[in-house]
Amino acid sequence: MSAVAGPIVDTRGRPVVDALVAWARRNGWTLSLIALLAVLLAFTKVINPSYGAPGIQGLAISVLPLALAAVAQAVCVIGGGIDLSIGSMMALTSVVAASQMKDQSEEFGVAVILAVLILGLIIGAVNGAVIVITRVPDIVVTLAMSFVWAGAALLVLKTPAGGSAQWLKDLVLGPAGFDWIPKAAVVLIVVVAVIWIPLRRSTVGLSIYAIGSDRLAAFRSGVAVGPTKVIAYATTGLFAALAGISLTASTGIGNPVPGPYTLMSVAAVVLGGVSLAGGRGGVFGPMIGVLILVLIQNDMAFLSLDPNLALVSQGLILIGVVMFGSLIQWRRSRR
Amino acid sequence: MTLRTQLLLEATDVAKTYGAVVALRSASLAVRPGEVHALMGANGAGKSTLVKILTGAVRPDSGRIVVGGRERMAHSPAEARRGGVVSVYQEPALIPDLDVRSNLRLTKTPEESFRHWLAELGIENLDFSELARVLPLATLRIIDLARALAIEPDVLMLDEMTAALPANLTERVLAVVDGHRGADRSVIFISHRMIEIAAVCDRATVLREGTTVGVVDMTDGAEERIVELMIGDVAEAVPPRTARRDAGAARPPEATPRLTARSLSAKHKLRDVSFELHRGEVLGVVALEGQGQDELFEILSGSERPDGGEMLLDGAPVTFHHPADAIRAGVVYVAADRADALLMQRSITENIALPLTSRIRQWGWINLVAERTRVDAAVEALQIDARAGGEVRQLSGGNQQKVTIARWVAGGVQTMLCFDPTRGIDIRTKSQIYLLLRDLADAGAAVLFYTSELKEIQLVCDRTIVIFGGRVVAEIDAADSDEPTLLRAAYDLPSDAPADTVTDVAVAGPTTRERST
Repeated sequence: MSAVAGPIVDTRGRPVVDALVAWARRNGWTLSLIALLAVLLAFTKVINPSYGAPGIQGLAISVLPLALAAVAQAVCVIGGGIDLSIGSMMALTSVVAASQMKDQSEEFGVAVILAVLILGLIIGAVNGAVIVITRVPDIVVTLAMSFVWAGAALLVLKTPAGGSAQWLKDLVLGPAGFDWIPKAAVVLIVVVAVIWIPLRRSTVGLSIYAIGSDRLAAFRSGVAVGPTKVIAYATTGLFAALAGISLTASTGIGNPVPGPYTLMSVAAVVLGGVSLAGGRGGVFGPMIGVLILVLIQNDMAFLSLDPNLALVSQGLILIGVVMFGSLIQWRRSRR
Repeated sequence: MTLRTQLLLEATDVAKTYGAVVALRSASLAVRPGEVHALMGANGAGKSTLVKILTGAVRPDSGRIVVGGRERMAHSPAEARRGGVVSVYQEPALIPDLDVRSNLRLTKTPEESFRHWLAELGIENLDFSELARVLPLATLRIIDLARALAIEPDVLMLDEMTAALPANLTERVLAVVDGHRGADRSVIFISHRMIEIAAVCDRATVLREGTTVGVVDMTDGAEERIVELMIGDVAEAVPPRTARRDAGAARPPEATPRLTARSLSAKHKLRDVSFELHRGEVLGVVALEGQGQDELFEILSGSERPDGGEMLLDGAPVTFHHPADAIRAGVVYVAADRADALLMQRSITENIALPLTSRIRQWGWINLVAERTRVDAAVEALQIDARAGGEVRQLSGGNQQKVTIARWVAGGVQTMLCFDPTRGIDIRTKSQIYLLLRDLADAGAAVLFYTSELKEIQLVCDRTIVIFGGRVVAEIDAADSDEPTLLRAAYDLPSDAPADTVTDVAVAGPTTRERST
């Protein structure tokens, strides 16, 4: 293992082209996903020639909560954890937002949303703190906490109910000026960029990658491993809250029963090139991954296939794509 | 002699127990400003625990630590670093998935100064955007060191820094350590290589069984003093090798070799390696870092398949698709990295019995009594110190390595491939391993022995092959395998040139002369 005499590359005077190739190689997985997405979109257009702006609108709306959930999952997986309570956190934040905004003024809605975002940060931090303090494995703690948050959601609302401020609905529904660009997509990109990019560039972001990649080495490098883990889970909670709010915004109500978001988020993260072992990947890949997963579902519906068959094929495609990726990596490492 | 306030770092009566195991009983260490201070001790003597306490990774049960005249107890490496105590650990402390630049940013290392030290250590063109994961181990160690030096610590702690380095980089590191001592800077240097200790250290503190047993001034003859202190009264002499050489020579030359390699090649690293390994001999392998030896051992042990060439076992061609094939054919592998070979969270018994159980290839119940007998015999034969606990990860490195060897001995071994089996192991355990390998050979086993410590060749091997650039460039008899000869051969230099001039050309290191004379 030890003596792979790696190249010590001379960086002086390296042409721009080489840098570009290096960049493409580093982001090869995401670029391939975008290509796959393009193929899928073309395929959709072929099987359903009337697919156009309205289809894209619908796609964006249905993708928004799932994409935010995938980003939430990506953050804690990069930090070497996994959060099985994302679906429950979404349900809790969604019902809190919906129940508090119902029959209230638009301005009050702003306060509610801010409060719910803080709630997301707190419940995420609680997840992380329990893991750090009790030293119980992430998967066990978050599985247990998923029951806690789901129960709490049912305490807030027994059945789907509540309402949403109009500005919130307007924020995500409909096109953003131009028919082909849905507001939901713009919101998604802006929200993720505003939170993720500064985080990624900060020492805290670096520390999240560090603890996910090698805990011991991170500790020895002077990273505060425990607090970093709590921050990673708090960020996951924040994105889960955003996902929950987006559910309320797109449906106009709050549903206390968690949707299939937790496992879908894990699937999207894996598809998006984030290593479940931690330390590798980003949040952009998982968002593309979500688009692919949802588009496959839609295409199955267009082809009027049995929805259950769609589920089966989704699973198979997931395994196939990840296997293909490993194969490419393996071949590259052999050369 | 020296006033307390003049000491840069002083640890007094430090103790630490893990459950029932006493890791440190009463360790003391006094480092003067401006000295290079060796910390010596057999594995399990408490060296690593003391280092962990000094760098804040572990809290002691009792004892005082004074740095720069102030009592201080660090609670994390980050805190120790702020207090001016920086450690370079035995394993690389870089984050594998971050590039070099991000790793520097993580530890807030000034890049300018880092570059300076990197150049000083002999690495000029490092791509800072390369992931740590893809860099070779030796480079990672150098980066670790340069990163520590760039912070300009008061006390720099080097734990087995040179263990994984090729000879030329070792020279650079020693030169830098030599030059680093200054009016107010000190280095705590931990190494199993006595020659390095003698070359750069001013004084040495020796630990045995968790207690400081002596402080030695590094003058002539200090090495023997240190070894005496480390080993205590159980000194075990390695029998003179002349007797051994006779045994090797007694082998009938026409016998079919146990293992034959013919023009093996793989992955551009291994180009053309041929040799014959006979029953009853220990065949040494010498190579600088990354000359194809890793690939060779992976092929021989069945982990990888060669791109070209063939292997013969007792004269018949064989192909190993899997380590299980090799084990079934009686070819077993002992790696330098114990973690690669052992189930760290399982017991000694299970670890030793694992290949045994799979060898018997019996479904259903494992015959626990029979297993127990054979395991106990192996534990006994290798003198494995099992007091530290039930799980292998609780054992010291030397004892872990003995477990990896014991598992094959318990199964009855015909051919053993040892890849740097004594890396990072104390002298006492090392000499036990030498004896063991020779006993195995005398009992009719064939042993292939790669080592990064040239001195071991003379102690263990009958013959030695030297690999350079993926080819066998020399075969040397035990009689001629002194260090200068081996080093010259490892650099693929003609053997008729005088030792010191040639190595100077090849290494261009400032302290080469010491090594080759």
